[in-house]
Amino acid sequence: MDLKLGHNNKDGIEVVDVEGEIDVYTAPRLRELLIELVNKKNYQLVVNMEKVEFLDSTGLGVLVGGLKRVRAHDGSLDLVCTQERILKIFRITGLTKVFGIYESVDQAIAARKAEK
Amino acid sequence: MATVEVTFPPLPAHVRTARLVATAVARRSGIDESLLDEVRLAVGEACSRAVEAHRKHCPGQPIRVALCDDGERFEVVVTDAAPADADGEAPVAAAPQGGHGTARGAAARDGGTAAGDGAPVAGGGTTAGADGVILQLPASVGLAVITGLADDVHISPTGDGTSVAMSWKRRSATA
Repeated sequence: MDLKLGHNNKDGIEVVDVEGEIDVYTAPRLRELLIELVNKKNYQLVVNMEKVEFLDSTGLGVLVGGLKRVRAHDGSLDLVCTQERILKIFRITGLTKVFGIYESVDQAIAARKAEK
Repeated sequence: MATVEVTFPPLPAHVRTARLVATAVARRSGIDESLLDEVRLAVGEACSRAVEAHRKHCPGQPIRVALCDDGERFEVVVTDAAPADADGEAPVAAAPQGGHGTARGAAARDGGTAAGDGAPVAGGGTTAGADGVILQLPASVGLAVITGLADDVHISPTGDGTSVAMSWKRRSATA
């Protein structure tokens, strides 16, 4: 399945919905969207990966790049993911320590609001 | 002898095709269903790495994927034709330890080091944009992922490139 991207603002946080496969072919589109959002001064991001079917290291690179961009503006990039097959690659690479990973968009937003 | 062989031009779009073929052949070989995701991800990582290397050094050459089933193990070998010493690659070390092997040779070419288990990898060796922001993690992260997924990984030089061999035991056969 190809990659489908959408985004909407919820409680002042930009939620990016990702559906499909994030790999070397599709990851550039996600990267462009994240860059576009940051350029539009959206520095609080939540990437909802509940409908992601595949993620490889290229996709991880895009997420790390997005995190660095928002952090440059004291922002945040949190993830929503409960799928074991996707979480596994975060564990293998140690990136579970780098990203905030939550079970739902509401939980991610609540956690971010609580930190403010 | 390879059960199935696939060659494809070094285009990112074809990496998905290679993943799908590898998963289908793995399923047909009787490999445990729980390992299929690992095969899919590891093959995708190896092919992505090969595509990047070919696009840099030999975009006209195809990448080869051989999928073998010897009854006990399912093995996938991804072979590229990118010159091993193009970027000062060190001699390649095999990684026979099964899941915890080193990947120094190709990692050296890719400009980083393969990470060990649990260590954050978003460090040196990354590809950065003009503003210094990471655009892509080094290909060695892909190799680290492969070593974390496959039961056994061997990375070795070929005549004109590098081969990444990954294998999984057929656990279902002994269950």
